[in-house]
Amino acid sequence: MAEFVMPQLGADMGAGKLIQWRKKVGDRVQRGDIIADVETDKADIEVEVFSSGTIEKILIQPGEKVPVGTVMALIREERKPAAAEVPAVPKEVVAPAAPAVPPPTPLPRAAPAAPAVAIPGAPRLHVSPVARKLAADLGIDPATITGTGPGGRITLEDVQQAAQAQAAKPAPAPEMDRAARMRQAIGAAMARSKREIPHYYLSTTIDMSRALAWLTQENLKRSVEDRLVYGVLMVKAVALALRQFPDLNGFWVAGKPIPKPDIHVGVAISLRGGGLVAPAIHDTDRLSLGELMKSFRDLIQRARAGSLRSSELSDPTITVTSLGEQGVEAVFGVIYPPQVALVGFGKIVERPWASDGQITARPILTATLSGDHRVTDGHRGGLFLATVERLLQEPSQL
Amino acid sequence: MTKMTYREAVRAAMRKALREDPRVFLMGEDVGRYGGAFAVSLGLLAEFGPERIRDAPLSESAFFGAGIGAALGGMRPIVEIMTINFSMLAMDQILNNAATLRHMSGGQLNVPIVCRVATGGGRQMAAQHSHSLEGWYAHIPGIKVLTPATVPDAYGMVLAALREPDPVFIFEHATLYPLEGEVDESTETFDITRAAVMRPGKDVSLITYGGTLGKTMQAAVRLASDGVDAEVIDLRTLRPLDTRTIVNSVAKTHRAAVIDEAWRTGSFSAEISAQIMENAFDDLDAPVARVCSAEAPMPYAKHLEAAALPQVEQIVAAAQELVSRHG
Amino acid sequence: MTASDTSARPLVDREHSLFLLREMLRIRRFEEKAAEMYSLQKIHGFLHLYIGEEATGVGAMQVFTQQDNIVATYREHGQALVRGMPARVLMAEMFGKATGCSRGHGGSMHFFDVSRRFFGGYAIVGGGLPVAVGLALADKMQNRQAITGCYFGDGAVAEGEFHESMNLAALWKLPVVFLCENNLYAMGTALERYQAQTDISRKAAAYGLPSSAVDGMDILAVEAAAKQAADYVRGGNGPYLLESRTYRFRAHSMADPDLYRTKEEIEGWKKRDPIVLFERKLRELGLLTDADLARIESEIATEIEDAVQFAEASPREPIEDLLKDVGGQVAR
Repeated sequence: MAEFVMPQLGADMGAGKLIQWRKKVGDRVQRGDIIADVETDKADIEVEVFSSGTIEKILIQPGEKVPVGTVMALIREERKPAAAEVPAVPKEVVAPAAPAVPPPTPLPRAAPAAPAVAIPGAPRLHVSPVARKLAADLGIDPATITGTGPGGRITLEDVQQAAQAQAAKPAPAPEMDRAARMRQAIGAAMARSKREIPHYYLSTTIDMSRALAWLTQENLKRSVEDRLVYGVLMVKAVALALRQFPDLNGFWVAGKPIPKPDIHVGVAISLRGGGLVAPAIHDTDRLSLGELMKSFRDLIQRARAGSLRSSELSDPTITVTSLGEQGVEAVFGVIYPPQVALVGFGKIVERPWASDGQITARPILTATLSGDHRVTDGHRGGLFLATVERLLQEPSQL
Repeated sequence: MTKMTYREAVRAAMRKALREDPRVFLMGEDVGRYGGAFAVSLGLLAEFGPERIRDAPLSESAFFGAGIGAALGGMRPIVEIMTINFSMLAMDQILNNAATLRHMSGGQLNVPIVCRVATGGGRQMAAQHSHSLEGWYAHIPGIKVLTPATVPDAYGMVLAALREPDPVFIFEHATLYPLEGEVDESTETFDITRAAVMRPGKDVSLITYGGTLGKTMQAAVRLASDGVDAEVIDLRTLRPLDTRTIVNSVAKTHRAAVIDEAWRTGSFSAEISAQIMENAFDDLDAPVARVCSAEAPMPYAKHLEAAALPQVEQIVAAAQELVSRHG
Repeated sequence: MTASDTSARPLVDREHSLFLLREMLRIRRFEEKAAEMYSLQKIHGFLHLYIGEEATGVGAMQVFTQQDNIVATYREHGQALVRGMPARVLMAEMFGKATGCSRGHGGSMHFFDVSRRFFGGYAIVGGGLPVAVGLALADKMQNRQAITGCYFGDGAVAEGEFHESMNLAALWKLPVVFLCENNLYAMGTALERYQAQTDISRKAAAYGLPSSAVDGMDILAVEAAAKQAADYVRGGNGPYLLESRTYRFRAHSMADPDLYRTKEEIEGWKKRDPIVLFERKLRELGLLTDADLARIESEIATEIEDAVQFAEASPREPIEDLLKDVGGQVAR
């Protein structure tokens, strides 16, 4: 039996609220299927399942907010039943002698749905009638309340206090609007970053004339919907460069750097209502520019629609943020924990550029690196930026 | 307003009725020359004579049944039964005749009889004079059951009962007779349809009637000093029961205790509890509590009787339990 | 006193005699029809037949006026009919119909007609006696000249209510004729098996009231004895106990297999069938002809047939009215 738990969908995510189940008890799920939608402080996220099998039991109901790691559903994994479990129905009975007794029916695939609070092995929740009613009216899950009545019964006063506490809590008060909550979450993450991560910042300027010239030619070959934006070149260049700098690609967890073998570049996407998310483009280094473009468009769309997948939020191994469209020349970003590096790109501007003793006007891009000094230093960072620059001079190789 | 005792209030009401309505007469054991076992009818014989203040033999069934017949024949009898335990001897007439005749005759007959009965313990009268069986009466369709707990009700309920077309039983808790209070004898309207909120409160509803009202009020005062604001309800009429007042109170306090001098099992307190569950389930924050008499025949010895009856301490404890919080 | 003391006295008047015979026959035919209807499942519950006891019902009722009160038992069809309640409302009551005298609430055991001061059939043995005492008390207290006729069976004599009521009525000198229809059995238990003193009329002595016993199979004797009792009571002397010794030819109720009596005993009593005896007497006196009897039977048959048809055709009490006449409800 596999457990489907409330996934961690960001560094500072303590709990998530189930919006809806996409599957019900008895449904078959394949690894990777979207099983549920979860609301975090940052976004509504489509959560995928990592087991294949049949949903045996649903333990959490829509509207409930549960801590990360809480078992939300049980999935009966697919495997060959052991010999003893094979239903005793002969597959090919030639001629039953006396079919008076019906053959035993196989066990039903799914057990009947259990009541919401019936966590196996957990004692029945004791809630007084009026407390139950008030909790339902306020949308408070009684299971999150500690009962102080006789035998641990949740009383009216317990619910009233829980409601007050919830109202007083600075963070996820239900009446707080989405943008404010996201701002709080970003603030918390960034504060933690600035508090914990000794940042260093490097900057370099990159001549983009070759890249842009190549891009113009390349786009002529593509249909309108397949055309590339220069941003994908930068992301791809970063991804490829990371292959040589695995120490910049990974996490800092529990006092140790954990380089990641796979390169999942998180791209910062600002949301219309304010705030931003940085979902991952999985295996960025292995995608073609066309695939990258498609992923990028898809991510933007889904980020703004609030339907990102859980893994997309939790998987980025580095973040790329580009503020060129906003007219920014250089970005000195704050690393998103537990990542250890962030690459920033400003806008491409025409600048006088000295080359081979001549001054010409060239499209210039400022690339920056915010590095975690616990993991890397300026030397490694400088080499990384130089590699990015070099890669952008050979766009056809990207 | 006139200051008088509960006993005097019942007497004053009967006197008023006897004066104003020639159909009214009082019948029972020792109501005449003796003046009533509890001296309720003292002096009435002198004023109204032996025809209307009629001493009856120790024949509860016959004189109660005679009351039925007299009522059928156009009189307005007040039958006094000395104690509720004795009323069992008249139960055939009460249940099989008084309560049923109107319905069984297809509405042709009605029995306007008023029956006053002393009830309850607390006077060391032991196991054949001390019980609280009014809940049994409240079980019977066809009759009304009144339980005056205050001096004004002792007065008003007699007069209200005499206006009813059907049998009315008035259970007078014997410890209440010396109780003093004020009666407005000029009043002509007496409501017996509603329970009374004797003390408003917000934390817990203490629901009682008759002899335990006083103890419950004392308990409420003590609870107040502990910071528990108890609402006290005097049911006044057990049948037909004013469920609305009970439900309204529970909706406010979310907790209820029923205080009833009767035994607990199969009792009127069980009925109140069931009514709350049926009509106010979603308002409850705790199970309904009950403070009742010990499940034993009423003992004689003072300490045993005190232990058997609901006491202020138990009412306080029950209320505290309801509002208390356990970690 | 014995039955023979009163047997010769009544004036035998043809019109009145034919009336008495007719009333006994009405009861007999009505009861036979009721038994038939019971077997056809038109009547349910308990059905206690009066067959054999008609002389007491008819004879005694002659002495009560319409101002007097009648209290009866669950074996009260005879008294109700002779009191003047129409056969059709009685049959309809037993059919459980809204047109029944008690709107189908009472059935066979609980006939009421307040307009005829027929205060009902009481099915708790002895339960009607205190009520009768109270009705008499009301009359006395209101200075009305009415008296109360209280019918009960021999079984009631074993109840405390009998003794309490005798005493109370005697004590207060209330105008009640206590009329014991002694059919020798309290349900299935013979009188001598439940009473130490089997002469019921003698029990009155304990309460200081006069009493007599009469042959309950002789209607003229019953009428005469009842008149004597009623006259005494009307005279303001207090109550009187009249015991009428009779016998029921049918079992206690339709549910009774009648295992406690021998066929011989029953057949013996049937030879003293009050209707047969009275018929014979009237024929001997030349007061009754075959033509008279045929006419009476025919008229009765028509009445009974009408009663059945009426009961059959009548509507049932609407269920919505189930609670309508329950007392003690909140006034609307």
